Amino acid sequence: MATLKELSHKKELLSGGHRACAGCTEPIAVRQILMATDTPIVVCCPTGCLEVTTTIFPYTAWRMPWIHSAFENAAATISGVETGYKALKKRGKIDKEIKFIAIGGDGGTYDIGFQALSGAMERGHNMVYICLDNEAYMNTGIQRSSATPKGAHTTTSPAGKVIPGKKTFRKDLSACIAAHNVPYVAQSIPSMWKDLTNKVQKALAVNGPAFINVLVPCRLGWGFPPEKAIEIGREAVNSCFWPLYEVENGEWKLTYKPKEKTPVKDWLKSQVRFKHLFRPENESILQEIQTEVDHNWERLQKLCEFSAGVV
Amino acid sequence: MRLTKTGNEAMAEAMRQINPDVVAAYPITPATEIVQIFASFVADGLVDTEFIAVESEHSAMSACIGACAAGARTMTSTASQGLALMWEMLYIASGLRLPIVLAEVNRSLSSPINIHCDHSDTMGARDAGWIQIFCENAQEAYDSLIQAVRIAEESLLPIMVTTDGFIISHGMETMELIEDKEVKTFIGEYEPKYTVLDIDNPITMGAIDFTDYYFEHKRQTIEAMRNSKEIIAKVNQKFGAKFGRHYGFFEEYKLEDADIAIVVLGSTAGTSKVVIDELRQKGIKAGLLKLRVFRPFPVQEIAQILSRIPCVAVMDRSDSLNASGGPVWTEIRSALYDFNTRPKMINYIYGLGGRNIGLEMLRSVFEDLKNILKTDKIDKQIQYLGMRK
Ligand SMILES: Cc1ncc(C[n+]2csc(CCOP(=O)(O)OP(=O)(O)O)c2C)c(N)n1
Ligand code: SF4
Repeated sequence: MATLKELSHKKELLSGGHRACAGCTEPIAVRQILMATDTPIVVCCPTGCLEVTTTIFPYTAWRMPWIHSAFENAAATISGVETGYKALKKRGKIDKEIKFIAIGGDGGTYDIGFQALSGAMERGHNMVYICLDNEAYMNTGIQRSSATPKGAHTTTSPAGKVIPGKKTFRKDLSACIAAHNVPYVAQSIPSMWKDLTNKVQKALAVNGPAFINVLVPCRLGWGFPPEKAIEIGREAVNSCFWPLYEVENGEWKLTYKPKEKTPVKDWLKSQVRFKHLFRPENESILQEIQTEVDHNWERLQKLCEFSAGVV
Repeated sequence: MRLTKTGNEAMAEAMRQINPDVVAAYPITPATEIVQIFASFVADGLVDTEFIAVESEHSAMSACIGACAAGARTMTSTASQGLALMWEMLYIASGLRLPIVLAEVNRSLSSPINIHCDHSDTMGARDAGWIQIFCENAQEAYDSLIQAVRIAEESLLPIMVTTDGFIISHGMETMELIEDKEVKTFIGEYEPKYTVLDIDNPITMGAIDFTDYYFEHKRQTIEAMRNSKEIIAKVNQKFGAKFGRHYGFFEEYKLEDADIAIVVLGSTAGTSKVVIDELRQKGIKAGLLKLRVFRPFPVQEIAQILSRIPCVAVMDRSDSLNASGGPVWTEIRSALYDFNTRPKMINYIYGLGGRNIGLEMLRSVFEDLKNILKTDKIDKQIQYLGMRK
């Protein structure tokens, strides 16, 4: 695996001058992803922040082949590109080694794109699907998605006088995809560059579909100062709200264990979207969130122990 | 080679001979067989196509878009709800100028659910920037699907070739098949100008256009549709010269001296010809304009011909639900606006949900036209043919 110094000498495939907000972790994640390999890559994005901020015609931030077709179908579109590649290779019309990556937001992945993603994973295309999970539909102005955490204020789950933000816990998409029995599934974060680049390398190396769920703090939707973006991501990991793990051929493995598990409250406090939870009447919600995080963390650890025993 | 085939078999056979690089498809009655037969060609190694059995039509068209963007010759097939589910992606295929070929079997749209033929699915997609060819029979469907490959690739527009559900898709017919290698020569190799697999010359495909470019880019697709007319004519001509079967934008059947005429699409043309022959034997000057290419709409040509016919009925196998007639009707009426002599015209909505259209019904249409010709009076301009009162 490459060192940070080696990576820093690589040509950046996503140029500067894109229009993402200052402090947005999506372009940071994308750079880390694209640095993970020297093999040429074709990227497909669904509609979302990443797409609209990097491809405003006549400009493009992509120094590599890139395609966008619609919002709910990046998995299907890239599966077509990959199949086209396979067909042309078989017929001797192309001989280069090329890899295929779809990079979608949580909305385009957890919700509207879920069917296409499930289909593509099940069909076994040789592709990597990466979800940049910023926990809401940021591109249309911060609406809730099924990845939005409980209690978060969004424009369609606003914290009002009688409803204190999003009512339900988030969907565990990584586990859903692991249940597809694909060769490689992982969760990562750009705050831990080595974790992310390693996982992308692994995902690209498998023969068949792979999925990586990457938490990407959104300064606008979460409400934090731009310079805190990386730090806030690390806090999500250290509180075990966003555990880093991988499922390799069915074996669950933690890839990072915090030295000290921090209270989730500290992470919530750093973001405007949870501000209302710190009013006295919402204390029980804070407790519920902590209980959920603890529960998930326990379960994940058990899953890892268990699968290490059976695989 | 003369063989007996159903419309679906004919379409599948054409696909076998085309041997596309990629087919992505999802089953739906009455188009299912096309994909099914094609899948068996793949399984038996008769084609070396990469076949993707996707999880929905939306993904079928999305995967076709991806494959075509990669530079692969790409086909699919669908009908009805399937085409409706593709709707969003149909516009994206044409906007990205991807020459995808679709074998479409006309079927009504829900609700109520119905599996039989009408044209509401294809008509629903008429503004999506796809070339649309309606076929009268299996032979025409087979020939048109082969032509479609060349038309799409030269015009850089996607194309759908349609047959009428069950009537053609499941009806047996004796037809003439072309030799495999002749089909291969006719369609040639696909050489895309740009692809997302060209690692050394990377392109960004499907970028966001704001107010400053969208209009211009749409205009290019509009121009492509305009220009495709010439390409369709040229491919028709080449096909005719080579295989002896000639097709135009439309077929004129005994129209030259007609006093009364009908305009139809698809399988109804065959039935109409029988009635016209009958009438002609009785000395009645009846004729038919069978519209084959609905997109691009051959405005000038149609108008020129119809403007010299005194009385015309436009037959629509779908309704626009605009409370003023079917889609073919409104286009044809508009085409005739600039002519000083215009026919008396009526519109028949017929055959919705597969309601049969028989000789008797068509006879009654000509009977109505005769009356209009005689009395110069139109009772009801939009009529529902063969509907229970
Ligand atoms: C079919 C369809 N529905 C809705 C939209 C509007 N839309 C565009 S992007 C978007 C949200 C994107 O959110 P997400 O996928 O989470 O990505 P983010 O922008 O947050 O990175 C929505 C709702 C669309 N383009 N297409
Ligand atoms: S809204 Fe959020 S995800 Fe979108 S560009 Fe801004 S910081 Fe990034």
